[in-house]
Amino acid sequence: MSSSRGHYTQVVHTTPFHSRTARANVLNVWHRWRDHTVADAYFDVSLEYTALRNACAVFDISPMTKHRISGPDALEYLNRLVTRDVARIRPGRVGYCVWCDDRGQVIDDGTLFHVEPGVYRLCSQERQLDWLSRSALGFDVAIREETEEVAALALQGPTSCAVLRALGLSGVESLVPFAMRSYAFAGGELLVSRTGFTGDLGYELWTGNAQAEALWDALFEAGRLHGIRPMGTHALEMARIEAGFIQAGVDFLPADRAVRTDRTRSPFELDLAWLVDFAKPNFTGRRALLEEERRGPRFRLVRLDVEGNKPAKDAYVYDDRRNVIGAVTSALWSPMAKASIALASVRMPWGRPTDELWAEIYYQKELKWSRLNARCRVVTGPFYAPERRRQTPPADF
Amino acid sequence: MTRYDAIVVGAGHNGLTSAAFLARAGLRVLVLERNPYIGGATVSRELHPGWIYSNCSYVCSLLRPEIYRSLDLGRHGLQIVPYGGGVTFTRDGDVLGGYVDKEVKRREIARYSARDADAYLRYGRDVMRQCRLVRSLLMRTPPDPTSWRPRDLAELLHVAREFGKLGEAGIYDTIRFYTMSIADYLGEYFESDVVKANFAGSGIIGTALGVQSPGTAYVLLHHYMGDVDGQAGAWGFARGGMGAVSRALAGALRSHGGEVRVDAPVARIRVRGGRVVGVALENGDEFEAPVVLSALDPKRTFLGLFDASDLDARLVKCARDFKIRGSSGKLNIALDGLPSFPALGPGHPLLAGDMHFLDSLERFELAYDDWKRGTWSKDPYLDLLMPTMTDPTMAPPGKHFMSVFVQYVPHRLQGREWTDADRDAFRRTVFAQISRYSPDFEKLVVHAEVRTPQELEAEVGLTEGNIFQGELTFDQLLFNRPFPGFAQYRGPFRGMYLCGAGSHPGGGVMAAPGANAAREVLRDLRRRATVPEGWSDD
Repeated sequence: MSSSRGHYTQVVHTTPFHSRTARANVLNVWHRWRDHTVADAYFDVSLEYTALRNACAVFDISPMTKHRISGPDALEYLNRLVTRDVARIRPGRVGYCVWCDDRGQVIDDGTLFHVEPGVYRLCSQERQLDWLSRSALGFDVAIREETEEVAALALQGPTSCAVLRALGLSGVESLVPFAMRSYAFAGGELLVSRTGFTGDLGYELWTGNAQAEALWDALFEAGRLHGIRPMGTHALEMARIEAGFIQAGVDFLPADRAVRTDRTRSPFELDLAWLVDFAKPNFTGRRALLEEERRGPRFRLVRLDVEGNKPAKDAYVYDDRRNVIGAVTSALWSPMAKASIALASVRMPWGRPTDELWAEIYYQKELKWSRLNARCRVVTGPFYAPERRRQTPPADF
Repeated sequence: MTRYDAIVVGAGHNGLTSAAFLARAGLRVLVLERNPYIGGATVSRELHPGWIYSNCSYVCSLLRPEIYRSLDLGRHGLQIVPYGGGVTFTRDGDVLGGYVDKEVKRREIARYSARDADAYLRYGRDVMRQCRLVRSLLMRTPPDPTSWRPRDLAELLHVAREFGKLGEAGIYDTIRFYTMSIADYLGEYFESDVVKANFAGSGIIGTALGVQSPGTAYVLLHHYMGDVDGQAGAWGFARGGMGAVSRALAGALRSHGGEVRVDAPVARIRVRGGRVVGVALENGDEFEAPVVLSALDPKRTFLGLFDASDLDARLVKCARDFKIRGSSGKLNIALDGLPSFPALGPGHPLLAGDMHFLDSLERFELAYDDWKRGTWSKDPYLDLLMPTMTDPTMAPPGKHFMSVFVQYVPHRLQGREWTDADRDAFRRTVFAQISRYSPDFEKLVVHAEVRTPQELEAEVGLTEGNIFQGELTFDQLLFNRPFPGFAQYRGPFRGMYLCGAGSHPGGGVMAAPGANAAREVLRDLRRRATVPEGWSDD
């Protein structure tokens, strides 16, 4: 973190890959990911998206919030923090987690890396130092934000494993989903985890800022024959909705940011019941979630297959009697599913597979606005989930 | 013609607001002002040739947008310009900049504590929760909690509903918030003393309490609940000085046929047979009206405009006990050029912001200790701004106007009146603090006006020089403002109303008390409602 007094003269920072992403970004379209600038698209969104699903694509995830958590009580502390059993995330493994406030409302979701015995890295969408520190009272742990110390890329798509092997990372093909391995690279360390935000075969690569440019160059050199492309946030957004992944601030409001207290969601209300383990030791929000399990949740996150071809962006969701029962949080036309798909939050009890739901879609063609009531089918599971995302070792393409 | 439908005593911004809404409803309205100029404490005057001084209130955020829009104040010349942040200078030559951009602000706080930088989001959220509650009550008459009238019950229900929106934990938080000290409140979020000091000023401005005194957390809210065009908590300048607010209100009043007379000090509100019949001026002139609104503070209204024999004993006692202690003064300074602040450096964007020089809570408390001992703070809290960094109309090009709010400053010095020598010593105290952070400041001064609570009382009419027309502590808020039984703007006689900041929701250039009082008058007269309800935040 820049700590000089004059930091205000450079409001938005560049990532360690900027020299490379700037050269690749021939469209020169950027957006602000908090205090970093990242590419929305480099050349053509549809080619970037297609590279991801057809070959492989590279996305700069350096601005993602990262905390390092260590100390004698690290496991005990993390187990009190998140809803799943951290003891089951062994060294060298990664676990997807959510953490809640005392009311059982989700503060954020993220991935927890068990980097080495007793040392963890927590990656999240939102900044968490305040909550992590307050939660640490009574535990012997050290918590440090390391967002700006780590350069990271996501390499995702069917040829991603082949690219990493071409890069000389021996044994990378043996990594199962949510496993990681460390390699020496360009005088530093390169941590490779089989994780991602696309629902596809893919890896995330973590290294020091000093190794960043070398990593980018080596990756693109190794990927030259494997269809590698840089990918911006637009293409990534398409992939994450197809994968059915939720995003803080989009599909749910982080509980510790909510001014209006009724706007938050519990894990049950985000289709994350599988992450809540009442059998493990106590965790923050457990009592509230037990109570919620007894009383039943207020909302349900549903994945909708929307009739027709118009994306149901920001649409109200109705029941079959024209009552508003919720709203769409994310939506797009899915090139893989060839369907208009959406994530929506609806009031209970709606959202059962048999429910007839409707989305009220406003769209315009050449400045003429039209309204459409599109029938929606509730889908269970992701919209797109290729076998290769789990296959170990992965195929070459 | 000396007969009117309604007379307003005092042409401050609340008096003018009441009058404008009444005139808009078709009433023949007269506003009487004792000074030769309008505005009360919402005023700007050319006190040095070429320099316009906003010599009382100096920034604007709380002015309710509903009123602005409803009275068409833009058409009458009002423009609010945000000034973008502020800065706390530290004794070791650094600053804590309150930048508007969230990320820059975060990075700046992180220079003092990375954890506080994150905690700021939680702090902002919790303050905003309280803001939403209090905002929903600003443009409403407080319910009488002892009444069974349907309207009071409905209003109580409204308050309960807004309260309930906070959720269970939020309700507990609210009760604590209203009764805590700003120091304790900030301590629940921040670890850095500089960070706490940076936010603490808002908890004590205009209030004769220290940062450790219970009740100061709410005062903080009073400085956050405003906005400039939806940017919550932002402050700005009225282009042309705060007088632009009064001029626009007077313009709105005149456009509806209302009148303002200056140099017309009211001596008494005349009462006959249990109802008001008009007012008498100090020069003996009389004006008749069945409705009289006093925009003066409650103390001055009841102890000054009535004979004690006209009022019941309890009311006189309440008026006497009303807490309206002066705690702040002001220096208004004409500068020959832009002073440098080496800790910021030339061209720094925060030169246009509000500047503060207390970097620890201990210094705040010590400053209050001086006040308790009956003297001004030797190391005072300043809220310093140079409006000319933003507003080109207030001084010749290249020259600057500096507005320096100073706390703590007592109404009397150990029981005696201020002398010219005291005033000069006070000025030197303030100059010395500024000069520590701006070495060339003093040689740029071409004129300085020194205002202690004594001048504020004598010139503006605020009792003891209290800028809020009564302290904003929980015992004097909502249905207890100004005192029990008189919180719905009605006085002790038919036709008599209170419309100043001594009534709910209190001080600051907000205009809500004036608007709410006008609403009650029109309701009693069964006239067309011209006063807007508050806008929903949802």
